[in-house]
Amino acid sequence: MKILHSWLNEFADFGNDVDAIADRITQLGLAVESVDRVGTPVKGVVTARVLRLEKHPDAAKVTRVYVDAGDGVERHVWCGATNMQADDIVPLATLGTNMPDGRVITQRGILGIDSEGMLCSGTEIGLSSDGSGLLILPKGTALGQDVYEALGVDSDVVFDLDVTRNRPDCTGYLGVARDLAAGMGKQLTLPKVDQSSTGKSLTVPVDISAPERCSRFTVQVMSGITVTQSPDWIARRLARAGMRSINNVVDVSNLVNLELNQPNHAYDFDSVKDGFIVRLARSGEQFTTLDSVERTLSSGDLLICSAQDKPVGIAGIMGGLHSEVTDTTTSIAVEIAYFEPDAVRATSTRLALRTEASLRFERGVDPYGAEFAVARFAELLRITCPGLVVHAGATDARTDALPAQVRTTPVRLNTIKRVLGIDVTAKALEDLIAPIGFTIVKSATDEVVNVGIPSWRNDCTSEIDIVEEVARHFGYDNLGKIVPTSPVHGRLSDVQRRRRILREIVVSLGASEAMPNPFLAPGDLAKVGLSEDNALKLANPLVAEESVLRTSLVPGMLKSIAYNQSHRIRDISLFEIGHVYPQGKEILPDEFESLCIMVAGADASVAMDLWSQVSSALGVGAQLSQDQPPAGYHATRSAQLKRGKMVLGSVGEIDPTVLANAGIVGRVASLEVNLSVVLSEVPKPQSAQVVSKYPSSDFDLAFVVANSVPAANMVKALRQAGGNLLIDVALFDIYRGKGVSEDARSLAYRLRLQAPDRTLTDVEVSEVRAKCIAAAEKLGATLRG
Amino acid sequence: MSSSSSLASEISQAQTGALSAIAGASDAATLRAVQADLAGKKSALTVLRSQLGKIQDADERKSAGQAINACAQIIEVAISERMSLLLAGERAQQVASEAMDLSEFVSAKRRGSTHIVTQATQRLEDVFIGLGFQVAEGPEVETDFYNFEALNMPKTHPARSEFDTMFIEPASADQEPNSVLLRTHTSPVQIRVMQTWKPPIYAVMPGRVFRRDTPDATHMPVFHQIEGIVVDKGITFAHLAGIIEAFTKAFFGNEFTSRLRPSFFPFTEPSAEFDIRRANGAWIELGGCGMMHPNVLRAGGIDPDEYTGFAFGFGIDRMAKERHNVEDIREMYTNDLRFLRQFS
Repeated sequence: MKILHSWLNEFADFGNDVDAIADRITQLGLAVESVDRVGTPVKGVVTARVLRLEKHPDAAKVTRVYVDAGDGVERHVWCGATNMQADDIVPLATLGTNMPDGRVITQRGILGIDSEGMLCSGTEIGLSSDGSGLLILPKGTALGQDVYEALGVDSDVVFDLDVTRNRPDCTGYLGVARDLAAGMGKQLTLPKVDQSSTGKSLTVPVDISAPERCSRFTVQVMSGITVTQSPDWIARRLARAGMRSINNVVDVSNLVNLELNQPNHAYDFDSVKDGFIVRLARSGEQFTTLDSVERTLSSGDLLICSAQDKPVGIAGIMGGLHSEVTDTTTSIAVEIAYFEPDAVRATSTRLALRTEASLRFERGVDPYGAEFAVARFAELLRITCPGLVVHAGATDARTDALPAQVRTTPVRLNTIKRVLGIDVTAKALEDLIAPIGFTIVKSATDEVVNVGIPSWRNDCTSEIDIVEEVARHFGYDNLGKIVPTSPVHGRLSDVQRRRRILREIVVSLGASEAMPNPFLAPGDLAKVGLSEDNALKLANPLVAEESVLRTSLVPGMLKSIAYNQSHRIRDISLFEIGHVYPQGKEILPDEFESLCIMVAGADASVAMDLWSQVSSALGVGAQLSQDQPPAGYHATRSAQLKRGKMVLGSVGEIDPTVLANAGIVGRVASLEVNLSVVLSEVPKPQSAQVVSKYPSSDFDLAFVVANSVPAANMVKALRQAGGNLLIDVALFDIYRGKGVSEDARSLAYRLRLQAPDRTLTDVEVSEVRAKCIAAAEKLGATLRG
Repeated sequence: MSSSSSLASEISQAQTGALSAIAGASDAATLRAVQADLAGKKSALTVLRSQLGKIQDADERKSAGQAINACAQIIEVAISERMSLLLAGERAQQVASEAMDLSEFVSAKRRGSTHIVTQATQRLEDVFIGLGFQVAEGPEVETDFYNFEALNMPKTHPARSEFDTMFIEPASADQEPNSVLLRTHTSPVQIRVMQTWKPPIYAVMPGRVFRRDTPDATHMPVFHQIEGIVVDKGITFAHLAGIIEAFTKAFFGNEFTSRLRPSFFPFTEPSAEFDIRRANGAWIELGGCGMMHPNVLRAGGIDPDEYTGFAFGFGIDRMAKERHNVEDIREMYTNDLRFLRQFS
């Protein structure tokens, strides 16, 4: 909402300290987004009279204009405009003038013929928003004068306010001024109005067939009108508010809307004199709005129609082409209505048609502002139409759905204390909110006050809304700052603490944290060997390539690896900790948190190393199951991490086909772990084992073991055979090649025996050794010599 | 007498011989051999000691024994001193001979890095933990109830349209359209926390949120927020302003201050924007906050006549972006290692 300083000051004496005003407005909750100075005079632009026009045979698009700037010297100026004629008075930017757009006026013309300056449009010198031709000044304006002085233009300041949804009253001057006057302790002055109604009674009948949607519809007939141009100050005011001056009637309509936040519509009286019908549109009904666009309506849209049922406007949004005020109009019917906000918003959204009217109606205008607005309309129109007649017999059609003029809510003074921390008496409450239109209807008890809500504040309905008004006008800054002493022990949960440990471990393993897009393209999951059946789809994706929600971190990680490879980055090692969203049986997906670490140019052994670091850091274990390789992984170089039937993750290399699909060169080692499971598995504290004081004995065993027997089984067998005395077993060498058959490898283990209570004898050591060998042989292993 | 004087000279000879052998040992190994010889059965001193028994006179035998022991001690000390000297020399030589250029071993294996958004999140969490908050989390795919309805935005609420929500396609024909969505803010966690924890509640809720925004230099459709709530008896607006101020100083530095100015959010009332001010006086808009709306407390199962509370929230990505002077927020999400590795 653009607010002019000069206009605002008509409502109260806010003074000229623009920054202080802006600051106060912001503190009241209407954030001032910018403060712009406008109408600052351009030095060197003077009034000049057009003497004659000439065309040049080689320059069809421009005119040679000869002007007199008051000194009797005939000056020649090239001009691209066409709206001037001899004797017009126009602005001349003299040589050397610095124009607001940065140009400096020089003598350079065209075709080798100099130009002694430039004739200006209103926009070029910041005087109007009309750039279609030269600004033509009133006849009789003295020549050679500064244009701004000649027009009496003052510089002004435009505050651009960000009006939040809870302030339906502040899309107009009156609402802003009322708040600001209360905030600055100034007396609010309402605009002058003409409440006389004279002349014969003229009543326009109104039939409302959608009473819930239109609960008030007033029509006031005015005659004695000459449609003409508005005076300059009105045109300028509108221009600075971002509107164009059309004619005196339309301009007054817009002024009333801006000033009083009351959208209104002036019809040519003759086209609506038989009456109005307010009804819902028929589905598919066509209507051409004022902007010459044919709109197709739906049954939820509300129409204003003539008595002949011919639509003349979409209620609360925009009028039609054929009932507008024209140059020959002498009588008008001014409509001011109240439409249900949500429905206006629905229609406006559906038609993608936002107007000055819809903006206000959808927030909720004052249902009781019509009389004052009509009177202000008459007052402003009388400026250009001294013979204006305001007819008696105005229509005021109301339905049961019209909100009450004063709605009340009980307010407990204790609630103000509980929420704001301040003691406010009933009297203090009244002092704070009466200046903005709230009333103390009656005090129910000493502790509860019934507050009357003004009709322009439809956002206020309950006690807490009043508490907010109190806070705003008491001043947020005056409510104090107290740091509460939390009775809660601030800390991370176990899961959060373990997640941080995990991140540290993964980072120290060399991986950097990526955050790939959780949205995938259709087919992305298939490319990594996963089904899309359990993936959620977005109903309204930004682009189709981002319409599927991930069920795995793998696609995003592979994209990141491919990106880095294509940028010739070495040592690619990435990880992500993020949510995945597979569809489950409930309304919400089986969302869980996952870890994925990938290392490019590394094989499955690297993935296993990652897992062993991660699992030991978190104190969680899992069985390796190579029987069913995880989807998308290398069939013979990967394993599921399982606990019974539950799959905790995957470890190994990514499938070569998946890598080829992703455009990745070389192997990729990968580890995926379901963090929602493992992070919540907080290990119990370990009970300390007494460290044996007795010597330990080591021996090595090397076996030839068939490739089909997992090394994990060998370790398990050795551990079982070694019993309590075997305190450590380590696989220290794996050998394939000469001396070992092709379908087997040699696995060499170092075993350490130790008893807690004695030195082991040679006999005991050899017994354990023999048991271990026997156990290995049961798995088909043979001891190497 | 003669035998005792000859014994004395023999001891003296043995000592001289031993000391000369010790002095002559040029390395530790030789010295160890000398030491072994001197302790051996054939060494002069051992022989002399074995002859002690032949001395008849007890006093004479005692003084001879003492003389041999004194000699042995002198030899032992000499060995020890010589050994220290030789070992020191040998180690010095070893050290001199095995020089390493450590700069050859600057590790090629580098440490990775956490994402700057993670770093910012953790710093924020830590500040709030210090103020007595716990950290809560919730799902990213949410129901309409938690994202809107419970936050005082019933079905037709106009503010809903401002959230640019991304909806999930209904899983089946009988599921209502738009009933499942990607959370547009972390506020659904407020409701989940209130439903499961009991006051007093001091909680912050960081997490990923989604808006249907075309990516540009300052916006991403997927981004991160943190919000906090305090629910207890006796919590007022002044406590909200106090926490914002305490957070501002703890996170940005003591020279920063904060202010609240009225604004509008459906889930809080009174609502405020909070700005922080640098020492140079420039105000920066940071986030939104306010006293929790009674309807929100009710949706969380908390009686607004018994408890009051406040909530605040702001974006995390911008914190990371500004801390590290990242020009374009999209850079933070290319996952380019050249970018990521800068912030380890």
